[in-house]
Amino acid sequence: MFYVPSSYSDVIDEGKKLTFERKKGNCLACHMIEDGELAGNNGPPLIAMKARFPNKQDLFNQIWDATEKNPNSFMPPFGKHGILTKKEINKIVEYLYTL
Amino acid sequence: MKMKKFLIIPFIVLLIFGIEAKTSPEEDLTDFRNHFKELFPNTPFSDFANGVYSIDKSSREQWESIEDFPPYEINIENGEELFNEPFKNGNKYASCFENGGIGIRQNYPYFDENKNKIITLELAINNCRKKNNEKPLNYYKGGDMADISAYMAYTSRGNIINIEIPNNMEALDAYEAGKRLYFTKKGQLNFSCADCHVWKSGTKLRADITSPGIGHPTHFPVYRSVAGRLVTLHERYAGCLNRIRAKPYKGQSAEYRNLEYFMTFMSNGLEINGPGSRK
Ligand code: HEC
Ligand code: HEC
Repeated sequence: MFYVPSSYSDVIDEGKKLTFERKKGNCLACHMIEDGELAGNNGPPLIAMKARFPNKQDLFNQIWDATEKNPNSFMPPFGKHGILTKKEINKIVEYLYTL
Repeated sequence: MKMKKFLIIPFIVLLIFGIEAKTSPEEDLTDFRNHFKELFPNTPFSDFANGVYSIDKSSREQWESIEDFPPYEINIENGEELFNEPFKNGNKYASCFENGGIGIRQNYPYFDENKNKIITLELAINNCRKKNNEKPLNYYKGGDMADISAYMAYTSRGNIINIEIPNNMEALDAYEAGKRLYFTKKGQLNFSCADCHVWKSGTKLRADITSPGIGHPTHFPVYRSVAGRLVTLHERYAGCLNRIRAKPYKGQSAEYRNLEYFMTFMSNGLEINGPGSRK
């Protein structure tokens, strides 16, 4: 079910763009991320993602709908509310795995 | 981490008992105040009237220097002129208000037992115009309404907010509706007002620190430097709703009036210090 990249580095680049763009993930609003400027601090820093989410599906789920795990989550349900598509979230997951 | 959890507990209690079971407005007020006292132990209670500057030292100095030469001074002057100018029928705004409209901001909004609805100061200004056969003023985009409101707030500076909720089912319903709106997640981004201004108050969203939800109505209307003009409280509500991609309501809709009723009751005991200036 995961995105099969034509070129792996392109996918990482796109994932990073989607993560940083204000109109897309805007993840920097809440998370510190390597290379990111003016990051918010109300979510945990996004580091060591692979070690903390050995199962990619768990990472995908957190972004798709954070309220699944924590009904009061402050994090928007990006997939469930149509802010990001499945494809876009998959690219973000690939990028997060490099952190 | 442990500390954080500890602070969150009273809120879960507030959330459960505050929304599911009915607590009295007085109990809500105690919970609300205690939350902010715990979250910001270094902020004296009276300072919550200063919004985000009550908790963010780094931006406070710059703000204080702006307030030395306030950008809204001209609005207060214009508001005073408009306030004292007779309508075509010879009456003035003063005829519609207690104490001639001077020093009364702290009494709004209130529940009107005859009309069975919440009356905000700005709605009362337009009701006064209507009564005197004048066209209503626009609630948004600054202009005469914001200027008159700013002048009336200015004459009330230092007066303490003391909203009373009469023991009347409809007044309590209005309060409950306002509270519900405040705590309900909304919009594509799925935030409630309380998410940002209660639980996560004081954290950073990008570079913006979210102000405490206590004391918001004390300083409105607010001169926003990003807009270059005054912004009324209801226009600010609309701004936050737009930002979370929720559909805003109309200025002075029942939703916003009830919300203002709840938020102002939660600000009881704080001084009117409007108009204010913000980013
Ligand atoms: C408005 C705030 C906000 C935004 C925007 C946001 N998050 Fe989060 N995120 C949080 C919070 C708060 C948590 C803590 C867990 C919870 O409450 O769900 C979290 C948790 C996470 C976690 C789990 C971290 C861990 O160590 O458990 C990941 C991964 C994550 N976010 C990724 C993202 C990505 C990717 C984006 C952008 C597409 C994003 N977040 C946007 C607030 C946000
Ligand atoms: C995603 C976060 C977020 C949500 C949700 C949110 N706000 Fe805000 N709000 C902010 C930020 C950031 C500011 C600007 C900084 C500050 O708090 O003064 C702000 C400012 C305000 C102000 C002006 C404060 C002042 O002193 O000038 C008011 C009033 C306000 N919000 C009310 C609300 C209400 C009512 C709701 C719900 C309908 C709401 N907000 C939802 C983030 C949010």
